[in-house]
Amino acid sequence: MRTSALWRDVRFWRFAGQAIAVLFVLSLLGFLWANLNRNLAQLGIRPSFRFLQSQAGFAIGESLIPFQSSDSYGRALLVGLLNSLLVIVTGIILATLVGVTAGIARLSNNWLVRKLALVYVEVLRNTPLLLQLFFWYFAVFLTLPKPDNPVRWLGFSFSNNGIILPGGLQLSPEFSALLLGLSIYTATFIAEIVRGGIQSVPKGQWEAAQSLGLKPAQRMRFVIFPQALRAIVPPLGNQYLNLAKNSSLAIAVGYPDLYAVASTTFNQTGRAVEIMVLISLTYLSISLLISLLLNLYNRRVQLVER
Amino acid sequence: MTSKPLPRPTRSSVAIRPWLQRNLFNGWFNSLLTIALLIVLGGAAINLMRWATTQAQWAVVTTNFRLFLVGRYPVDQLWRVWTALAIVLGLIGFWVSTGRRQRAAGRIKAQRPLPPLLLPLVFLLILWLLGGGLGLSRVGTNLWGGLLLTLIVAVISTVLAFPLGVLLALGRQSSLPVVQGFSTVYIELMRGLPLIGILFMAQVMLPLVLPGQPNIDRVVRAIAGLVLFNAAYLAESVRGGLQSIPRGQTEAARALGFNLPLTLYLIILPQALRIAIPAIVGQFISLFKDTSLLALFALLELTGMARSILAQPQFLGRYAEVYLFVGLLYWVFCYTLSMLSRRLEASGGSIHSRHTTR
Repeated sequence: MRTSALWRDVRFWRFAGQAIAVLFVLSLLGFLWANLNRNLAQLGIRPSFRFLQSQAGFAIGESLIPFQSSDSYGRALLVGLLNSLLVIVTGIILATLVGVTAGIARLSNNWLVRKLALVYVEVLRNTPLLLQLFFWYFAVFLTLPKPDNPVRWLGFSFSNNGIILPGGLQLSPEFSALLLGLSIYTATFIAEIVRGGIQSVPKGQWEAAQSLGLKPAQRMRFVIFPQALRAIVPPLGNQYLNLAKNSSLAIAVGYPDLYAVASTTFNQTGRAVEIMVLISLTYLSISLLISLLLNLYNRRVQLVER
Repeated sequence: MTSKPLPRPTRSSVAIRPWLQRNLFNGWFNSLLTIALLIVLGGAAINLMRWATTQAQWAVVTTNFRLFLVGRYPVDQLWRVWTALAIVLGLIGFWVSTGRRQRAAGRIKAQRPLPPLLLPLVFLLILWLLGGGLGLSRVGTNLWGGLLLTLIVAVISTVLAFPLGVLLALGRQSSLPVVQGFSTVYIELMRGLPLIGILFMAQVMLPLVLPGQPNIDRVVRAIAGLVLFNAAYLAESVRGGLQSIPRGQTEAARALGFNLPLTLYLIILPQALRIAIPAIVGQFISLFKDTSLLALFALLELTGMARSILAQPQFLGRYAEVYLFVGLLYWVFCYTLSMLSRRLEASGGSIHSRHTTR
C-alpha cells in the first residue's frame, strides 16, 4: 500500500526531478565531449597549452609592454589583455563623465539642452555599436587631415594619426575610435540611468535644499546627487559590464585587444578549444572583478539604517 | 496679497515670448548657454547640409539599394519576399486591431491569443517561401543578405531562444537546488561572456562538438550562437515577470487542485509573460542591433553588406554615406520598437528594466 503512494510523495518527485536534471545535463555534456574528442582525434589535434610558448610571428600595432614578433603567443595574449584593460578602464571613466552630463542635461530647465540630450540618447542608443565603431574609425578618424595639419580644439589635436592630448600623449586612431565609440554609446544608457535616479529623489528634497539657500549647482551636488546614487549605482554596474564585454569589438577597428590577438592566434595555430577556454576565463574574470568592485562601492553609497 | 495659481494654458494659446523666456532665456547663464548652443548647432547644420548636398555622393546608396534591402536574392524570385512581408504585416495588423477592439469593448478578459498552432505554421510557411524546396526553386542562404537577413536572423533567434529562456527562468526560480544551480550557472556564464566570443564559439566549436563533422551552414551556426546567448538574457527578463507574481496565485491554484505543471502553464506563465513583454521587446531590440556582429563572421547582413559594398573599388571611401544610411535603417526599426515597448509599459503596468544591452 505504501509503495503505491510513492508517486504522490512530494519528496520522491523532488528527488526524481533533480536526478533527471543531473542525468540530462551529464549525458548532454558527455555527448558533446565524446564528439569533440573524436573529431579532434580525426583532425590530429591534441589539446594542449604548450603552443603558448612558441613564437608568435606577428607584430602588434600598439602595446603597453615591449613586444616583437619573435616573442611567444603567451606574451602576445598578455599584450592583448593589457590593451583590453586599458580601453575598459579609460572607457568606463569617459562613459561615466559623458553619461552623467547627458543625464543631468536631460533634466535641464533649458529646453534646447534638454532636447539635445534627448536626441543624442535616442539616436545613438538605437543604432548598433559596431556600426558606430566603423563610423568613428573609417568615416571620422581616417578622413581627418594629415598629422602635419591637424584640427586643433581645446588643446587636443585631431588627425588621421589619432589624437594628441594636451599633455603631449599620443593616442592611435584605432584606440581613439574604439574609446570614443564605446564611451559615447555606453553613455547613452548611463544617461537614462542617471535621469531615472535623479527623478527618483522626492521633490521635497529639492525644496528643502532651496529653502536652505543652496545654489542650484550646490543643491545637485550636496543634496540630490548623493541620494540619487543609491538608485544609480546598481544598474550602472551592468553598463560597466556591458562596456567591458563590448570592448571585444575592438577587432572591427583593428585595435589589438585580447579578442583580436586571440583571433589572430587561432588563425595561425587552429587551436580552437584552448583559445576558447582562455578568452572565456579571462572575460569571466574581468566581469567578476568589475562586479566585485561595484558591490563594494554600492555598499558604501547605500543608506546605512540605524 | 496672495497670488492665485494661474490656469494652465492650453498648448495653442501659449504665447511665444513667455515660452522663450521661460524655457530658453531664464537667467544669464541659460541665455548664454542657449546662444552658444544655437551658434554651434547652426554651424554644424550648415556644414552637414553643405556636405550632404555637395560633397557626399549618394549614388553608392541609390545604385545598391536592392543589395541593402534583400542582398543577392534572385530578382525574379523577389515576389516571395514580398509575399512573406505581406503575411507578417497582415498578422501584425490583425493582432493590433483585435487588441484595440477588445480594449474599446472594455473587456477585462485576457486578449485572445491567435490559435497556438498558427504561429509555428506561419513561421514554417515563411521559411519555405524564402528558402524554397517542395516546388519552389531553392534560394541558398548565401544569397540572403541585407536587411532581409538581419530580420530573419533576429526573428528566428528570438523565436528559438524564447522557449529555452522560459525554461531557464523557471529553472532559476525552481525550489530544486540542482535545477536552480544548472540554470544559474548557464545564465551567468552566458551573461559574463561577450557575444563576439560566443559567435566565435558557434562558428568554430559547433562543428567540433556535433557527431560526424557536419558541414553546417554559416547562417545556422550564427543563429545557434545567438540563440544560446539570447536565451540567457530572455531568461532574466522572464524571471523579472515571474518574481512579480504574488505567491498567493500559486497557493490559490494549489487550493483549487492544480498540479505544478498546470499551475505554471495556466496561472503563472500567462501573467508573468504579459508583465515581461516590455523587457522582452527591449531584448529583441538588443538582439536586432547585435545581429550586426555577424558582419565580423563574413555574413552579408545589413552591416556586412555595407562593408562588402564599401570594398568595391568604385565606392571606395564613401564610408559616411553608407554608414549613415545603414544606421538610419537600424534606427527606424529600433526606435519604432522602443516606442512600442514604452507604450506597452505605460498601458500594461509595471516592469523595471527596459532595453538591456551588452
